[in-house]
Amino acid sequence: MSEEIILDIKDLRTSFFTEDVEVKAVDGVSFKLPKGKTIGIVGESGSGKSITALSILRLLEHPGKIVGGEINFKDKDLTKASDREIRDIRGNEISMIFQEPMTSLNPVYTVGQQIRETLKVHQGLGKEQGTKKGVELLELVGIPSPKKRITQYPHELSGGMRQRVMIAMALACNPELLIADEPTTALDVTIQAQILEIINDLQDRFDMSVIMITHDMGVVAETCDYVAVMYGGKVVEYADVKTIFKEPKHPYTVGLLNSIPRHDVDVDELEPIRGNVPSPNDMPKGCRFAPRCPFATDLCYEELPSLDKVSDDNQVRCWIYSERWDGDPEVKVNGPERTS
Amino acid sequence: MAQKELLKVNHLKQYFPIKGGFFGRTVNHVKAVDDVSFEIYEGETLSVVGESGCGKSTTGRAILRLDDPTEGTIEFDGEDLLSLSKREMRNRRKDIQVIFQDPYASLNPRQTVAKILTEAMEIQNVVPKNKRRERAIELLETVGLNAEQIDRYPHEFSGGQRQRVGIARALAVEPKLIVCDEAVSALDVSVQAQVLNLLKKLQREFNLTFLFIAHDLGVVRHISDRVAVMYLGKVVEIADKKSLFENPQHPYTKALLSAIPTPDPENKKERIVLKGDVPSPIDPPTGCRFHTRCPFATDLCKQDIPELRNLDHMEEGHRAACHHIEKIVSGDMKPNY
Ligand SMILES: Nc1ncnc2c1ncn2[C@@H]1O[C@H](COP(=O)(O)OP(=O)(O)OP(=O)(O)O)[C@@H](O)[C@H]1O
Ligand SMILES: Nc1ncnc2c1ncn2[C@@H]1O[C@H](COP(=O)(O)OP(=O)(O)OP(=O)(O)O)[C@@H](O)[C@H]1O
Ligand code: SF4
Ligand code: SF4
Ligand SMILES: [Mg+2]
Ligand SMILES: [Mg+2]
Repeated sequence: MSEEIILDIKDLRTSFFTEDVEVKAVDGVSFKLPKGKTIGIVGESGSGKSITALSILRLLEHPGKIVGGEINFKDKDLTKASDREIRDIRGNEISMIFQEPMTSLNPVYTVGQQIRETLKVHQGLGKEQGTKKGVELLELVGIPSPKKRITQYPHELSGGMRQRVMIAMALACNPELLIADEPTTALDVTIQAQILEIINDLQDRFDMSVIMITHDMGVVAETCDYVAVMYGGKVVEYADVKTIFKEPKHPYTVGLLNSIPRHDVDVDELEPIRGNVPSPNDMPKGCRFAPRCPFATDLCYEELPSLDKVSDDNQVRCWIYSERWDGDPEVKVNGPERTS
Repeated sequence: MAQKELLKVNHLKQYFPIKGGFFGRTVNHVKAVDDVSFEIYEGETLSVVGESGCGKSTTGRAILRLDDPTEGTIEFDGEDLLSLSKREMRNRRKDIQVIFQDPYASLNPRQTVAKILTEAMEIQNVVPKNKRRERAIELLETVGLNAEQIDRYPHEFSGGQRQRVGIARALAVEPKLIVCDEAVSALDVSVQAQVLNLLKKLQREFNLTFLFIAHDLGVVRHISDRVAVMYLGKVVEIADKKSLFENPQHPYTKALLSAIPTPDPENKKERIVLKGDVPSPIDPPTGCRFHTRCPFATDLCKQDIPELRNLDHMEEGHRAACHHIEKIVSGDMKPNY
């Protein structure tokens, strides 16, 4: 790749320390994000997506701590940056949209007061300039009658509008990197379509890079250039979006794609992944997916595979693609064709 | 399919009063469900879809008689549920069960699974006392859990397993109809697929009828025989699954289907992006309730409420409530985005 890499995460580890057990929420995450592109982070609930995002901005709550790895943003390793440096980067160069729009807006302040505060902290704008810029921002994210809306409180807005206000605030300082954690999960599909369109459009206009955290493979297909699939605190597959959907290699990725009921194709029976996600304080010692994997061998239970390049387009963490694979040499991971 | 009508909802209305002023007088109403009619045939799955607040759960709650509807009738097996006394209804509840979205909230955290299941049997008195535990074990196995898990508490299960406990409880009284209100919405897709397959299997085995309330149209396509689309308290389209997904007639249904992101990066489709938000059901738009967002709206749409109708080019049983179906199909009317 000759593109400029804006974010390069290497072997990130984040743990929560509770009652003398270490919960390894993020356990060796690596990926690269080229400038102006979107990477999707997908995976089941509890796989460590949000904690990865919070680690980047160093917004972890108390017993959580980064215990290893690097987060290289442009030329700086954020894990080593001072608190001051991180504060300067937050909201300026990197912004985040959180999973729950209602809890991240303050109910006792108007939309305008909150936007002005952001603009004051990050750009030193006064009240009048702040209001002017605020109205512009609301307009940018497609809120009708922004002059009226800016005087209202969060509860007076619909869920879709609140999420747009969050986006407006995140964009207030033209960030180079936007982290969107499930930005549309709480919204209806017609409103989701509006929001995704806004993010796409803004990205084109400002050459912004985006991390899109979601569990919806449809959202990934429509918005992302690259995809990191997480399972049990680890990236198990990383590839460009077409490759992930066309030639998924990791058994979990294949299982995930085969479990999605589609609105555009009829399937008689879904192929679910058996079992459940292991809890992070009870992780299998070998491959995290082994207890649910139809191909697991003794080696899988014993030793953790590494994330290796298997082709130009794909990195996979699975023994099947290594020389040490001790199962069926002809194994076919990829299920039946599911496109219409 | 044997076309016996198990449930028939006629002109159902559910208006919730909004209190206000000094004396707590009713100042207005939320028209959560406003003149809804449909029927469910025995052994089929009818799904109800639509955006948040359009009245899906309220419709389900009326059938379960959790709320008292403002108007209309609900016939179950030929009997009007709304005319039953509380006591008669309790007996009927054996036939109509519900599975909710949040299995955690709907299971008593202080009861073991054994207690949860035997209590359900006790209330309806469906199984003799000394057989209840045995039956509970059978039920757990039916939903894919182990007999050993019977003395555990809800918090000792994962989300998908808890949802199975909820399903086992609904099955405990051998119901005919199960209302599934967002029953799989909170689950991860890999686990959701397990529960969906389970529901389909149980339906075949016990000839169950489902009213399936959901907002995920992928799930709906997978589980349903027929689908009703609601918008702001009204059914705007109802049809066979295939007909609805492949030949939608109502402009709202078309927009809804086009807005779903498809997990296929090489096949990006044209999206109809609707303007604006869903209006409030307190003061819904006049005429066709979709006119404020509809790309085909005319003056007629602002004045007259369209009725559900079936036209020659539509399959039997496919009905949509739009004044301009003909002109939209023929291409005489162009969308105005
Ligand atoms: N404050 C905390 N204390 C202890 N463990 C935590 C804490 N916050 C998160 N975890 C654990 O870290 C793991 C990763 O959580 P994370 O929020 O990143 O999941 P996620 O992939 O974003 O899931 P979801 O899709 O549900 O949002 C989870 O197993 C969670 O239980
Ligand atoms: N008890 C109540 N009192 C007043 N309003 C109510 C009551 N229950 C529901 N409503 C209102 O009725 C409308 C329909 O609600 P309902 O819960 O049926 O929607 P829904 O289609 O199930 O939405 P969702 O997808 O968000 O679950 C909403 O505007 C809701 O706020
Ligand atoms: S390493 Fe083994 S258990 Fe893990 S995904 Fe590959 S085959 Fe399955
Ligand atoms: S009746 Fe009019 S406003 Fe309603 S859906 Fe049809 S064209 Fe649109
Ligand atoms: Mg999360
Ligand atoms: Mg509901």
